[in-house]
Amino acid sequence: MTGVAAKTTYREAMRAALREALQRDPRVFLMGEDVGRYGGSYAVSMGLLAEFGEERIRDTPLSESAFVGAGIGAALAGMRPIVEVMTVNFSLLALDQILNNAATIRHMSGGQFSIPLVIRMATGGGRQLAAQHSHSLEGWYAHIPGIRVVAPATLADARGMLWTALADPDPVIIFEHALLYNLEGELAADAGAVDIDKAAVRRAGTDVTLITYGGSLGKTLQAAEELARAGISAEVIDLRTLRPLDDATIIASVSKTHRAVIVEEGWKSGSLAAEIMARIVELAFYELDAPLARVCSIEVPIPYAKHLEDAALPQVPGIVAAAEGVVRGKA
Amino acid sequence: MTMDSQLARKLLFEMVRIRRFEEKSAELYSAGKIRGFLHLYIGEEAVATGAMQALRPEDAIFATYREHGHALVRGISAGAIMAEMYGKVEGCSRGRGGSMHLFDAATRFYGGNAIVGGALPMAVGCALAQKMQQRGELTACFFGEGAVAEGEFHESMNLAELWKVPALFLCENNLYAMGTALERSEADTDLVEKAASYRVPGKSVDGMDVIAVMEAAQEAAQFVRGGGGPYFLEFRTYRFRAHSMFDAELYRSKTEVERWKQHCPIAGFVKRAIAAGWLAAGDSEAIEAEVAREVERAVAFAEAGTWEPVAELTRDVYTARSPS
Amino acid sequence: MARHEFLMPSLGADMEAGTLVAWNVMPGDAVKRGQVVAVVETQKGAIDVEIWQDGRIEKLVVDPGEKVPVGAVLATLIAEGEPVPAAVVPEKAVAVAAPQPAVALPQPAAIPGRFRISPAARKLAAELGVDVNALTPAVADGVISRADVERAVQAAKAGAPPKPGDWQSQMRKAIAAAMAKSKREIPHYYLGTGIEMTRALAWLERENAARPVTARMLYAVLLIKAVALALREVPELNGFWIDGAFQPGPGIHVGMAVAMRGGGLVAPAIHDADRKSLAQLMDDLRDLITRVRGGRLKSSEMADPTITLTSLGDLGVETVYGVIYPPQVALIGFGKISERAWAENGVVACRRAVTATLAGDHRASDGHRGAVFLAAVNRLLQEPEKLQ
Repeated sequence: MTGVAAKTTYREAMRAALREALQRDPRVFLMGEDVGRYGGSYAVSMGLLAEFGEERIRDTPLSESAFVGAGIGAALAGMRPIVEVMTVNFSLLALDQILNNAATIRHMSGGQFSIPLVIRMATGGGRQLAAQHSHSLEGWYAHIPGIRVVAPATLADARGMLWTALADPDPVIIFEHALLYNLEGELAADAGAVDIDKAAVRRAGTDVTLITYGGSLGKTLQAAEELARAGISAEVIDLRTLRPLDDATIIASVSKTHRAVIVEEGWKSGSLAAEIMARIVELAFYELDAPLARVCSIEVPIPYAKHLEDAALPQVPGIVAAAEGVVRGKA
Repeated sequence: MTMDSQLARKLLFEMVRIRRFEEKSAELYSAGKIRGFLHLYIGEEAVATGAMQALRPEDAIFATYREHGHALVRGISAGAIMAEMYGKVEGCSRGRGGSMHLFDAATRFYGGNAIVGGALPMAVGCALAQKMQQRGELTACFFGEGAVAEGEFHESMNLAELWKVPALFLCENNLYAMGTALERSEADTDLVEKAASYRVPGKSVDGMDVIAVMEAAQEAAQFVRGGGGPYFLEFRTYRFRAHSMFDAELYRSKTEVERWKQHCPIAGFVKRAIAAGWLAAGDSEAIEAEVAREVERAVAFAEAGTWEPVAELTRDVYTARSPS
Repeated sequence: MARHEFLMPSLGADMEAGTLVAWNVMPGDAVKRGQVVAVVETQKGAIDVEIWQDGRIEKLVVDPGEKVPVGAVLATLIAEGEPVPAAVVPEKAVAVAAPQPAVALPQPAAIPGRFRISPAARKLAAELGVDVNALTPAVADGVISRADVERAVQAAKAGAPPKPGDWQSQMRKAIAAAMAKSKREIPHYYLGTGIEMTRALAWLERENAARPVTARMLYAVLLIKAVALALREVPELNGFWIDGAFQPGPGIHVGMAVAMRGGGLVAPAIHDADRKSLAQLMDDLRDLITRVRGGRLKSSEMADPTITLTSLGDLGVETVYGVIYPPQVALIGFGKISERAWAENGVVACRRAVTATLAGDHRASDGHRGAVFLAAVNRLLQEPEKLQ
């Protein structure tokens, strides 16, 4: 299917996805803080209240636990709610509902109920919002059996993952890195649903595999460009789905390049990067020509001052250095 | 609902069945057949029995981990509940939940929730969905008075009233949240007032009187079904046994327990029913005999049940889907 | 009516035992189902314990103050019906671990201690039949990687250690050419002599007994040293015949004939054999054999021997009639050490001796000089302690 490609942004693509879902399925409704009158804290749902009304675009009080739980209850009772938690930082208040209810009811009931709930959250740092507003906790959520976790990093994924997530009978959490909303690019006018099962090779290469997702994809691709100029051909994998992880794509790539660097914004200890490294060692140990490496946030609450925040988060030079270290041997 | 012999017999049967089922469960737990935690409803039978009369099959129910009585009155078979507590695959949750997580899709019984206050938000959402789909149904949420300390209670009351969802909040105040008395944990122990602070109308009811419970629940349900938004009922009740099997009850006196036992909902109802002519002298015995048979059958069913193969361990984590 | 047992109940998931505090009943008392008959102290406090049967207490088995595990008999009672058998614990289902993804692992080759090799390189080397001992990393002290393995394979194809198979036929061709040339051009003469080895072998045995296994010397080093020292006395056997003239060797570099795996023979040089101690010669010999087997010889080693020594004794051969490797001018052969009848001073005794032969290029030396050489070798082997 081809359509005329139009210039748009990640934000607009996400909005288009919401509109399509609300139009196509009367069971779909959006609720969260400031999604209605304010237009969405990141302006994603701007205009939707006027278009779809208060029944379907519901501003909630500051009650993460209650409205996430309400999303679960509504999903149990046949609706297809999209719950927007403003950021992953506030989602901790709803962690009990997500882990103890959304993730477990299917299993605890012996398979009698499913919870087709979608939760969208903004995540990540890099805007000098300091320690309580800069977390990347996707790795924590990816730890939980019973839910699915995805991270759209491109316009096509922002546009297409939501519908597939809504159609999924199990809870899906969509992580949107806050710095991606302004991402510009081209998108086919009739771009539609995409899968939420597979990772994507965003750039083919032969010397080293760079594995990343979400807000770190841009930096990783930039690093790959620099590496190419230095004579290193890097393959970049965008994980897209964090739970379940697409082992097949990861292992196929590492089996080809024999070296891997994982890039993500979580703190490295007990991170998703650690999980991926473990899987590579489990499944492809004899394909490795060098130790695995990872570029994560430094283990510090994210600081406010720009130079400190920049130093704390993964950056292009750090990714380049890690890849070079792995390809050329530690300097 | 007007009281007559048929209804009286039904109410007594339900309460007696709960009582004997719970006693049997205690015995089986002591014998090691039921493991984990066991929270018994003995003394509180009137609340589940009375309240359930106000609910229709299409209504949704959320309950706590002390939910055997609610499950029985709602219509989940004693055998399925017993098998669940045994951990057998024939249990209502395939042995995956145990005593605290009884679920049944056919009767819209959404558990069996072990996080205090954890079901309240779900009940609000379920009621919201019912309203949005204009199904004319309501969602009943049973919870203990301990839940009013949780933030989720307050968030849920507020949200339910703000969006005027058809939720019936049924608070079983048995005075103790595990070992902590209400007056030691709440600056204001007036629960109806708490609900009222969110503009949720409510009433306090004698939870040892099954007729009072039933009438209050019917009135509340009518209000909710009429689109008035949520309603809050406090049932003043008491559990005659400990919080769970492994509880030395150091937090309350035996005198207090004995005092409350004088208000046994079953004995009280029998006395009143006979005096009012709803029940005959031999009805009680007949019901006891019938209940004993049913409990025995339930135990036999559980004993004969099977263990789910370990190879099935990871089923029902996600919904199985056919390849597209 | 039968005797039933009243057991210590399990009251909680983590209750393992309880202490009986008090009995509320005595033997002979009638009890009813649900009656509290005892008080048990647990880690959570004192708990009333009910009996679940109607009956009559027969015997109180446990006394107040006793701590007993869950399931222990507390009392017996006489009641109707048969005793219910104890709760059957579900057969401990053997925890079947969730199937892990199959990991296909090739058997890794043995890693020598001195250098590091990546898993992928090891696997590739195993697949291609490359001996990891023969590999060198691109960077000194670096890790051997797949690239290094691939380089080694390319180099092998280009000429140095060829693969077994076509390598063998190459070797045969080279030997054929050399031997044909030798017989065509070199006028060989042959001398042979028996050398008694009693003293030498006895000395070697004593020496080796005092050494750790890794430092023990082969008897071949005695031969090498003796030959090298003897060549000092007869230098016209040590060198090359080039362009019609003899050129003495730049040193005494004894080419030691070593058989290769897969067939073929090479005789790389042990340089300056006359100036090395036996221990050093042993190190050199050991190193040579290892590298010959690994196909890692330097070209200089192949070209440098000024004389060749071949010892075929362990194959059971008595006498070696050698063919000189051009451009060398001599080849010394040793057969096996055998017990012989030996006449000395009119007495016949049984001695261990070896036959040493010299193949000489008659252009460079004559039988007289050859005989002097062999006599020197003989003389030197009778004083093994001086060979050090």
